[in-house]
Amino acid sequence: MNLWQFILQNHREVTQLTLEHIWLVGISTLLAVAIGMPLGILLTRWPALRQPILGSANVIQTIPSLALFGFLLPAPWIGARADRLAILALMLYALLPLIRNTYAGIQSVDPSVVEAGRGMGLTDRQLLFQVELPLALGVIIAGIRVATVLSIGLATIAAAVGAGGLGEYIFRGLAMVNNTVILAGALPAAALALLADSGFGWLEKRLSPQDARRGSYASAASS
Amino acid sequence: MDSSAAIEFHGVSYHARGEAVLHDLNLAIHRGETLVLLGRSGSGKTTTLKLINRLLTPTSGEIRVTGRALSEWDVIRLRRMIGYVIQEVGLFPHFTIARNIGLVPKIENWPQDRIRQRVEELLQLVGLDPQLATRYPRELSGGQRQRVGVARALAADPPILLMDEPFGALDPLTRAQLQREFLALEARLGKTVVFVTHDLNEALLVGTRIALLEAGRLVTLSTREEFLSCREPLVIAYRNAFSPEVSGERGRV
Repeated sequence: MNLWQFILQNHREVTQLTLEHIWLVGISTLLAVAIGMPLGILLTRWPALRQPILGSANVIQTIPSLALFGFLLPAPWIGARADRLAILALMLYALLPLIRNTYAGIQSVDPSVVEAGRGMGLTDRQLLFQVELPLALGVIIAGIRVATVLSIGLATIAAAVGAGGLGEYIFRGLAMVNNTVILAGALPAAALALLADSGFGWLEKRLSPQDARRGSYASAASS
Repeated sequence: MDSSAAIEFHGVSYHARGEAVLHDLNLAIHRGETLVLLGRSGSGKTTTLKLINRLLTPTSGEIRVTGRALSEWDVIRLRRMIGYVIQEVGLFPHFTIARNIGLVPKIENWPQDRIRQRVEELLQLVGLDPQLATRYPRELSGGQRQRVGVARALAADPPILLMDEPFGALDPLTRAQLQREFLALEARLGKTVVFVTHDLNEALLVGTRIALLEAGRLVTLSTREEFLSCREPLVIAYRNAFSPEVSGERGRV
């Protein structure tokens, strides 16, 4: 049986696993944004926190994914349900690109722009929301893009703890030594990753205020 | 206390990383004058400027703005009544020219109509075509951008203007033009201006008084005429460094 036949015959299951996959990635990435962005902003305000926070996020990244799922298994409440566990693990992996890019994005805002803003009497909040975050948005979206693509791949491991997703097919296919079944999980996951990558890539371009949109420095009139 | 003083420095020192950047500065800046802070890089002139709008806080001493100590001011209120123009301009690249100029009025909750009116008025005041309002900063030339910088600083009609080498990055012709326009503008608006420059010609052109700083100390405080006849060695060195142009400038002033 070839891959197309398999997918057509099992289209209900394929759809369900794909939706589970998207759900795992979506929720964990959203949580990572909700936690990572404020942390990244915090780092720009309290430079002393830079080492400990970026360091911890870095260490998390070095833990092999299967091991991280294992570590979290005995945790109360979290370990009780496979999807909670998977979402937490994926969220932890997604944190680093989000913290780092939020921090780097804000740091990369032209210092003279920030100084002008401060000097004209913007409060820290106004400076953050009207100047720094809009100007950092492209870099932050790039972080979300990396995190999402990373999570889509990693989420296949979630099936190992029974959290579902397209990893189900991969593990099932491995056990059955059946490449068609492995591909039925791997190909949709790869397609999701490519889709997310190009989608966020487009968004990143649109929301980078420094580039494009009408004219450029090169075409600026010299009067 | 000098009642005509807009800004006063009383024994102000500023230290950064254990080093004195500014040492025991005493200075009164009169209402409506253009005081030039002249000095070479590292002399403390930009530091002096940033102490006024509290981008920096003095290590010791007291600064008063319109008679009130800086510590009594709400820092945001203080900054909104002090226009600030810097060499790099620092326009918000994601805002149109109109939004750049109208930002302070907007956060001060002016009605839309009044902001639009004010932006148009300011663009005319600084010699820009009001049609530029919808453009973005990157579409403007350096000279145009600095005009917008000045317009933005004037938006909420602040009585005090701080200018940190505002024309330093411009080509000589544009610079000369903007200097002349600044003089005309200042004659019309009568703001209290503190103007930082390392260029003696510019200092003599725009300044009503010149404060010469060196290594964090005030060397002389003098009018243009006094500065040109001053026997202070550093002043003489300055005059010599700029001498051919200064003699030409003198004829014009």
